[in-house]
Amino acid sequence: MVWLRTVVREFYGLFVDDGRFAVTVVIWLGACWLILPHVAVGAFWPGVLLFAGLAAILVENASRRARK
Amino acid sequence: MTIDWAHAWPPFVAAFLASTVEFVEALTVVLAVGAVRGWRGALTGASAAMFLLLLIVAFLGPALTRIPLATVQLVVGGLLLLFGLRWLRKAILRAAGIIPLHDEQAAFARETESLRREGAVRKWDEVGIAAAFKITMLEGLEVVFIVIAVGAGGSGLLLPAGVGAVVALLLVVFLGVAVHRPLAAVPENTLKFTVGVLLSGFGTFWVGEGMGLAWPKEDWSILALVAGFLLVALLAVRVCRAARRVAVQH
Repeated sequence: MVWLRTVVREFYGLFVDDGRFAVTVVIWLGACWLILPHVAVGAFWPGVLLFAGLAAILVENASRRARK
Repeated sequence: MTIDWAHAWPPFVAAFLASTVEFVEALTVVLAVGAVRGWRGALTGASAAMFLLLLIVAFLGPALTRIPLATVQLVVGGLLLLFGLRWLRKAILRAAGIIPLHDEQAAFARETESLRREGAVRKWDEVGIAAAFKITMLEGLEVVFIVIAVGAGGSGLLLPAGVGAVVALLLVVFLGVAVHRPLAAVPENTLKFTVGVLLSGFGTFWVGEGMGLAWPKEDWSILALVAGFLLVALLAVRVCRAARRVAVQH
């Protein structure tokens, strides 16, 4: 079963370097999925909100890693 | 099938650049196997992995078309976003000098040293075959994921993404045969930075489509998202450099 563990570890490693970063992205996507389609703010803003959250998560996580 | 190149070039470029990075990393190990354990084992292992990867593509490609597009866009787009943002985060940290750059020459030296310690080379060299198979399979799976993820978001996008990966493979194999050493001069972090930006843009677009969001100007929003991630990533490099300076001073 060593090969199976290796496959699972490699597959997980494709998407996750920093667990906190990945979890925050998934939580943000989940929140957007639940909320944005039901918010009547026009066609432009939901996409901007989705992008802005991801951009903020990226900058915050990278700068936190840089301070370590 | 006809390809609308106005929409096909973004997946082509994304798959080409991402696949180039992966194939360069695979080439380094295959070259090390060839140089230390012989070319028969290196080429047998790499060819077997390529065959298995083709089978995976042949199975997964048609299987994805049976799943509703919105579900594919949400799930595959989410994975593409995690993958692209992971690359972009690492490329930002490398560009800011927080973590070291990837060095193909050092990776080649490490691999050759490790393969030399594995004992004498036999006619059927399991060590060489396994090493070449494993690296081709690992890097190849990333390429397969990128091609499927970039191509799964809309009809007619899988072919240009696949063509991008095949062109990258041919280019890297040609360069590998021509120079016969690791492609250390390839600006790996610049490529990863670019690919991270592109895949994050694609991932955000597919996820938004899967959520049922209406993007203004439809597919052209991908370009705006890519430009947005590029600006944010360049800003993040500056922020990281400043954060490191402050951390060092205290």
